[in-house]
Amino acid sequence: MRIVVDLNKCQGYAQCAFLAPDVFTMHGEEALLYNPLAAEEHRDAVARAAAACPVQAITVEGLHEGAPVEPVQVFTGAPWEPRDGR
Amino acid sequence: MAADYVDWLRREGRIVIVGASLAGLRAAETLREEGFTGSLTLIGDEPYDPYDRPPLSKSVLLGKASPRHTELPRRRHLDAEWRLGVPAAGLDLTGKRVLLADGEEVEYDRLLIATGVRARPWPVAEEAELDGVFVLRTRDDAVALTERLRAGAKRVVVIGAGFAGSEVASACREMGMEVTVAERAGAPLVGALGGVVGAVAADLQLENGVDLRTHVTVTALEGDPMGRVRSVHLSDESVVEADVVVVSLGSLRNTEWLTGSGLGAGPRGIASDAGCRAFDFRGIVTDDVFVAGDVARSPHALFGYQFLSLEHWGNAVAQAETAAHNMICPASDRRPHMWMPAFWSSQFGVNIKSVGVPPMGDELMIIQGSTAERRFVGVYGYKGRIVAGVTFDNARWLEYCQRQIEQGAPFPVEYPTMDRRPEGRKAVPADFPDPALPTHGPTVTLSGYSPADRRLVFTPGHH
Repeated sequence: MRIVVDLNKCQGYAQCAFLAPDVFTMHGEEALLYNPLAAEEHRDAVARAAAACPVQAITVEGLHEGAPVEPVQVFTGAPWEPRDGR
Repeated sequence: MAADYVDWLRREGRIVIVGASLAGLRAAETLREEGFTGSLTLIGDEPYDPYDRPPLSKSVLLGKASPRHTELPRRRHLDAEWRLGVPAAGLDLTGKRVLLADGEEVEYDRLLIATGVRARPWPVAEEAELDGVFVLRTRDDAVALTERLRAGAKRVVVIGAGFAGSEVASACREMGMEVTVAERAGAPLVGALGGVVGAVAADLQLENGVDLRTHVTVTALEGDPMGRVRSVHLSDESVVEADVVVVSLGSLRNTEWLTGSGLGAGPRGIASDAGCRAFDFRGIVTDDVFVAGDVARSPHALFGYQFLSLEHWGNAVAQAETAAHNMICPASDRRPHMWMPAFWSSQFGVNIKSVGVPPMGDELMIIQGSTAERRFVGVYGYKGRIVAGVTFDNARWLEYCQRQIEQGAPFPVEYPTMDRRPEGRKAVPADFPDPALPTHGPTVTLSGYSPADRRLVFTPGHH
């Protein structure tokens, strides 16, 4: 499961750290740390954490069965000059 | 006619997004959400799925997440063609084609540029190439740095005490390494939050055992005969031993590939109107090229229509959504990008958050808590108005600060508060460095003229 927390929204209620402590932890009194790639075994806990967040700051992909993750076509490409930037 | 074109575009047009990071991904999702059924191509220079960067200097360094797995969750299925691992190398505005570095071309009907920024490298190339010298911006950077730190680094020197540098210093201290931070200004975070708040950040670093050196620049990185970094020479003639050096000198905007394209793009980013439509080099708005995210700079009504470049996570999301909406709607339905600037940082166990544009403020007032306790709410004032707020471990006040900014609330604030305020109820100079002097790069760039001024003052950002 891929996870992202909108930390602009996050106000440190720590519900997620309480409900899914293997994925979300508080660092100090307010700052949140989390693992963006949570293991399947934490699925239920992550679902509860996302639902319980008072400011709905947690986005999870693949929480519901059948949510598609499309294969990514990777082009390794030719070597490029650093000046190209992107 | 125009409505017919928009209908056709939404149905079977070709939209190309250059930049496959946060802004590019969220723009693509918004296009599909709003009913775009044409062809969608995302071009990215890194060979990875779009991934999140903030954890790289926090959770990842602390070992709570893998640097290889911070991919962003998808909000929906995209049905897009991904061209990853190959950067865009040029733009043909007339022919409506993006040129790729591998020689291929991609045609578009509408283009979104979201190429973001990259880490500013150490300026002396042979010193930057020493083994043990790192920057931290990309996933590859994070993999390289974390592997080295895990391999038993003992003495880390961080060059530059902006947010990224301070977060690296914080994580390294937490892992028990000796850390020296070298900063040209008088304190950490001064570019983004000013000297008063910077002094609090300096106390935080000192209390957590960082060897903080301010008012110094790094004059040279010295290597051993094996090409490994060995020490860092400072402008006060001191020498600091190091086995890892993290260069954290802000960022450069990825606009070089647009050189000669005719687009209004340069070292300060790509200028656009409030609706994310890019300007060409003559200052005329384009119809089919849009910009979003860190690489964009656009005027903001709340802040005197100054052009703001925001290297903020939330801005990348909001601007991408606005740009995507405007790309596929009739002119009368376009929205301006009016997102309230906001960012966060966590370092040394303290949650630092801000709304508005602190560098615009010339005065600061602590309205709750105290800087001595490092738990406070401060508001910045400019010409009698509140223009920004900052909190240390007081995030729940930010919404209030945001409303005050939106309402143009008066500054200094008059209301009494219940809690202790050793500093007293008075505004003090916020102590931002002279904008004409070079800095390692604040997270907000103010540029251009403020219509509030009767006498125009040009304030170049120099970074």
